[in-house]
Amino acid sequence: MLADKDRIFLNLYGLQDWGLDGARARGGWDNTKAILDKGRDWLVAEMKASGQRGRGGAGFPTGLKWSFMPKNVDPQRPHYLVVNADESEPGTCKDREIMRNDPHLLVEGCLIAACAMGVHACYVYVRGEFILERERLQAAVDQAYEAKLIGKDNIHGWPFDLYVHHGAGAYICGEETALLESLEGKKGMPRLKPPFPANMGLYGCPTTVNNVETIAQVPDIMRRGAAWFAGIGRPNNSGTKLFCISGHVERPCNVEEAMGVPLRELLEKHAGGVRGGWDNLLAVIPGGSSMPLIPAGADQADTLLMDFDGCREKKSALGTAAVIVMDKSTDIIKAMTRISYFYKHESCGQCTPCREGMGWMWRVLTRMSEGRAKKSEIDMLMEVTTQIEGHTICAFGDGAAWPVQGLLRHFRPEIERRIDQYSANPDTLGVYDPPTPMAAE
Amino acid sequence: MSVRRLAEEQPTSFEFTPENRAWADQQIAKYPPGRQNSAVISLLWRAQKQNDYWLSKPAIEKVAEILGMPYIRVLEVATFYTMFNLAPVGRQHVQLCGTTPCMLRGAEDLKRVCERRIGPVGSVAKDGALSWVEVECLGACCNAPMVQINDDYYEDLTAESFEKLLDDLVAGRPVKKGSQIGRVSSEPVGGLTSLIDPSIYKRTSPTSGAGLEDSAAKKPGEPANVQESPAPSPPIADSTAPRRQ
Repeated sequence: MLADKDRIFLNLYGLQDWGLDGARARGGWDNTKAILDKGRDWLVAEMKASGQRGRGGAGFPTGLKWSFMPKNVDPQRPHYLVVNADESEPGTCKDREIMRNDPHLLVEGCLIAACAMGVHACYVYVRGEFILERERLQAAVDQAYEAKLIGKDNIHGWPFDLYVHHGAGAYICGEETALLESLEGKKGMPRLKPPFPANMGLYGCPTTVNNVETIAQVPDIMRRGAAWFAGIGRPNNSGTKLFCISGHVERPCNVEEAMGVPLRELLEKHAGGVRGGWDNLLAVIPGGSSMPLIPAGADQADTLLMDFDGCREKKSALGTAAVIVMDKSTDIIKAMTRISYFYKHESCGQCTPCREGMGWMWRVLTRMSEGRAKKSEIDMLMEVTTQIEGHTICAFGDGAAWPVQGLLRHFRPEIERRIDQYSANPDTLGVYDPPTPMAAE
Repeated sequence: MSVRRLAEEQPTSFEFTPENRAWADQQIAKYPPGRQNSAVISLLWRAQKQNDYWLSKPAIEKVAEILGMPYIRVLEVATFYTMFNLAPVGRQHVQLCGTTPCMLRGAEDLKRVCERRIGPVGSVAKDGALSWVEVECLGACCNAPMVQINDDYYEDLTAESFEKLLDDLVAGRPVKKGSQIGRVSSEPVGGLTSLIDPSIYKRTSPTSGAGLEDSAAKKPGEPANVQESPAPSPPIADSTAPRRQ
């Protein structure tokens, strides 16, 4: 278990002062100038050495991402840092705690990251529903301006402006290019890549988009050293991570743990274990709704290590580390149907496979959850998910196809059993389709 | 995607209050010159708030006029983002999270409460006090099930506590925001499992401790540097120098 002294988010639960004095008492804003004075190359190298991989879901190495920014700043095309606080992945609620309980970690991290990439203006894109969190973050930004920690003429000698921007309820704006579109005042529709944002991002200028947790860890990585961070967790999966444990556990909570913590230990130490005991576990989604579920079992959830490679071994992914636990009372097909509905609702509608496919999958799954389907449709559904996956501009299509694939991979017998049960009932025999077929929304 | 259209009945005009208009100018100033379009979501949101939490066609046109954007571009934004209510809502507008993490913890019980008290999803109660919609994940999954009513989150609900919450809100009684079972945020119920060691909150750096302590009080009648405590010794090294290379 991670020792308390190695934790970064010391006010994760909001039991202490969130403001500047509290942040300073916890070690924030302590001689930040010395960090900035080490220069851009040192900062990027230190970030690479820490081995931190992005905390927003894709797990791209942060130092590498920072190094993609052009070396020289063209005055006509200023560099931008955009922080992705559009936290909407079902199961994920970590960035919210950072913004409302420890906002100065984020503000200080923005300054350091900005210095590392030649950035003088940063936008934090907060999801629209987080109204209290946005006000709290804005208050922290105002405190930092007042104390001259940031601003055009600040004590750190790196002119830096931080602006809090907000969205209005669109999951897709968590995708980096959709977020940039939205920040420019358009519909949040992802852009084709290339050109990548490091070359053509916000307003056509070089831009880096990082997750809140990624940036909030930066001050501690710089202060305690890359070796400290890299020493936690497993190789290629270093550092600490906020885990959001929700669903059928005794005590759902957010907790910071070392990467690579075994799932069972994570749940039993911090969340009181699975409701009704470990043997009552049916399945777990390890990384937010976009990732395939992992069923209970000796070679599955029992031995799952919670990091990027550990989840990949079980044919899933760490994503945002939002652990959704489902016990044996769960109607797993219905639970995944609801996730499918989420994707149908949130598709931006730009690419046809996604726009049409989401609704199609949801309707088929709705029938399957009642058993009102043909067994051949299971294979057809699998086929459709592979037709969506990889055939869209952004990863939304993949993220919607994977949970369905996970369901079919692990719970096919359950779907077949339900179809058998439905067709064994003489009153309903032969009613496969709704009386009036629904058009695609 | 969801089908979203403007309401059939629209007011004839919309005008920002002077305070909101000034606020709008502040928002526009956050973006580089010529990039005022970036402020469109903030302005629409403010317009919605001023207009009893719904966005009318004149309000959309007003925002377009302020930002110098074509109407259609602002209309696109207003219909794309689901937090913009395109038709009137109740005085207490309930957004109920129904996505899987909340569903696993009992969001369907809350839905039944809404259906019984207010009507089918998307409806406004007859007296205009309440309305409800089902929304997708609101990002408070460790405190599921939860709802957002107007600007505030109400978490860790049960059908009973939700019912009482609606009663209190309609009657104008004070309510507790956030968790309804006494959690501060998303800590585990019944005691912390991490962040227990008190030493992590004691700073070890040269500037640790409170700014002023009793011993730092100045002696009466003396200049401020003559204190109860002995004069501090100078630091061994320059504290502003980088500590690690």
